Amino acid sequence: MSTISALHTANHHAPSGPAAKTNYLTDGYSWKSWLLTVDHKRIGIMYLVSVTAFFLIGMAAAGLIRYNLISPSGMLTADQYNKVFTAHGIVMVFLFLVPVIPGVFGNFFIPIMIGAKDMAFPKLNLLSWYVYMAGAFFACYALLIGGVDTGWTLYPPYSTRSSTNVAPVAVAIFIAGFSSILTGLNIVVTVHRMRCPGMTWFRMPLFVWAMYATSLIMLLATPVLAVTVSLLAVERLAGIGIFDPKLGGDPLLFQHMFWFYSHPAVYIMILPGMGIISEVITCFSRKNIFGYKAVAWSSVGIAVVGFLVWGHHMFVAGQGYYSALVFSLLSMFVAVPSAIKVFNWSATLYKGSITFQAPMLYALGFIALFTVGGVTGLFLSTMGTDRHLHDTYFVIAHFHFTMVGGMVLAYFAGLHFYWPKMTGKMYSDFWSRIAAILMCVGFFMTFVPQFVLGYMGMPRRYHQYPPEWQVLNVLSSAGSTVLALGYLFPFTYLIHSIFAGKPAGSNPWGATGIEWTDTTSPPVTHNFEKLPVVTEMPYEYSLPTAPKPTFSYDLPTGDVAKEEHTHVH
Amino acid sequence: MSTDSSGVLCHHFDNIQQQQSAARMGMWLFLVTEVLFFGGAFVAYTAYRIWYPEAFLAGSSKLILGFAAINSVLLLTSSLTITFGIHAAHRGDEKMLKRFLLVTILLALVFLGIKAKEYYIDFQEHLIPGTLFITPVHEGHPSPAEEFEAMGVNPGHVQLFFMFYYCMTGIHVLHMIVGVGLIGWLYFLATRGYFKHKERFVYVEVTSLYWHFVDMMWFFLVAILYAAGPHKSLF
Repeated sequence: MSTISALHTANHHAPSGPAAKTNYLTDGYSWKSWLLTVDHKRIGIMYLVSVTAFFLIGMAAAGLIRYNLISPSGMLTADQYNKVFTAHGIVMVFLFLVPVIPGVFGNFFIPIMIGAKDMAFPKLNLLSWYVYMAGAFFACYALLIGGVDTGWTLYPPYSTRSSTNVAPVAVAIFIAGFSSILTGLNIVVTVHRMRCPGMTWFRMPLFVWAMYATSLIMLLATPVLAVTVSLLAVERLAGIGIFDPKLGGDPLLFQHMFWFYSHPAVYIMILPGMGIISEVITCFSRKNIFGYKAVAWSSVGIAVVGFLVWGHHMFVAGQGYYSALVFSLLSMFVAVPSAIKVFNWSATLYKGSITFQAPMLYALGFIALFTVGGVTGLFLSTMGTDRHLHDTYFVIAHFHFTMVGGMVLAYFAGLHFYWPKMTGKMYSDFWSRIAAILMCVGFFMTFVPQFVLGYMGMPRRYHQYPPEWQVLNVLSSAGSTVLALGYLFPFTYLIHSIFAGKPAGSNPWGATGIEWTDTTSPPVTHNFEKLPVVTEMPYEYSLPTAPKPTFSYDLPTGDVAKEEHTHVH
Repeated sequence: MSTDSSGVLCHHFDNIQQQQSAARMGMWLFLVTEVLFFGGAFVAYTAYRIWYPEAFLAGSSKLILGFAAINSVLLLTSSLTITFGIHAAHRGDEKMLKRFLLVTILLALVFLGIKAKEYYIDFQEHLIPGTLFITPVHEGHPSPAEEFEAMGVNPGHVQLFFMFYYCMTGIHVLHMIVGVGLIGWLYFLATRGYFKHKERFVYVEVTSLYWHFVDMMWFFLVAILYAAGPHKSLF
């Protein structure tokens, strides 16, 4: 340890000479050097490519759902529609939302952020990608040989009687869950054991805190889902009534066990997003995060309380009155740590030197949309209103506000924030901002009408509806095309930037954190030339030694960024 | 900080202590997930046992307690021998390590053999959920379903018990097979001189953690599956 003489200071610039040293991307070009790599950064890129593919598949299914609903009589048959919304749910939940941020940014950035050379178990890390792909293979197989019509929740008794391909989907969920367990395990051990000198728990970036909380949920909840789908598969194969009431089983037991995983799973999806937002908001406000410890502990708080609220999915499913009452109360408690985060982000923005680059636009979109999603969640956790709103489009709109408006926007915020670090290239400022705005507008148009429809009583999962609801449904479908257009933009300009983007430099945004200040863009194979030593808190933007943005576009933001240099002494 | 651990230390760790504690922590966390995996099955079992106590006790009394007792002794002994293995590895005594690993594997294989025999007897008695359960065992002998009906318990609910019996012991057997594979792998490594470096004892240690877990789960299964109902005899 004593050999490290260079103390880490925030304005210490890592060597950034172009192609001075082989980085992780140029360290081997063969297929083998990718498919057998144990480098966490390459595994992160492999996740990025694969989750993007499944995101497109899920999007196509979403497009078909909205296509069906432009006419009151439905454009697809009832059977086709059932299979389409099931495919959308399964692909988006298990193959995109759950693995996306842990797989891509968790893998790529956790070791760099805490000053480690790799994850604690690099081979296990590679295995988790292969396991994920195996799960994805079974899911695609099930969808290609005819699909599933049970909805992503696989509720028995229908799922045990349905003649569609429930078994391969159960296998897919089991396997994908195993991948998620391996990733979570790796992250927890890495955070505990691999931090560099000076990187104390309360000097960790908030993204790492969020990923730590997420990984705990992955470890504790996913095995229960595994055993649940295993029992479901046994019930289908052996014809024994574990969950089917006709054979002496209890469908409510399935719901308990399923939601014991699947409610915490929504926090698996949203917490990493919240971590990214904390990074982006501080960077583009040029301010220390307001209430670091509150934000860090609220991640853990969400993880803990998130385990105690699953019964709110079953208010009308026949669970006991008093247990419903307790679940309702506990569900409201989740709003507390979530609100702590939103308040702290808002307080961080207050009097900040805000610049509106693409990552920040996505992050601001996240705060607005996630807040709507969170507040409408309170409508659903209140038993009285839930009786009216349960199983309607209100629920759909609510969780899409948190999952798409929240999580997917946070993912894009992270993708735009970290893209220069991951690839060493800068993308188009103009088009990235246009895309952010298109996504927010398209999202609002798609899902706000669904709140209204749900309030009026339109049930979810029906392929037809009364004609008087057509206007709102067409509005929603029209919005989804804008949203889809917004999603297609980044595919174009991000890929374009790989070949034609300007070199980003090691710290284009002038961000703090050793992932920006102590390594090149893209990072070298073992992340650091020299083992970093951390001597300060993660978001010291107000110190005179804080890094300054080094990249400016020929657009107003560049000037704002330059102006800022003169403000900080 | 670096001892004679060249070649033992992986590229991404700073020192051997960090590497060892990461391995231990990884296994403990994996065992946590295992507890929750089995936990889900235990919860489902408990729910149905509360609803259908008579059927579960009747089903349990059909299981062969003697086999479970012998298997318990075997598994407990194997936990002891693998622990001796850790000590041998810690001393750098590869010869003794190999011996203890081999004994552990043998005990596990005998366990699996007895379990297979037991499954076979259950099969012959048609104690299997599904169509066999309602088929007479042989001419003039009633099917398990009729037998339980005569005892005044719902045969459908007894089938549920047997479903849990097969699922839970089946998952346990699967864990044992994985464990035998892991210990066999350690044995193979030992023959290649892998444990000449004493620091590598930690891999025997984490494997033993897994093995103890499998051992412990077995005792829970004995308690809730075999020992739940009244038994007239051990066999």
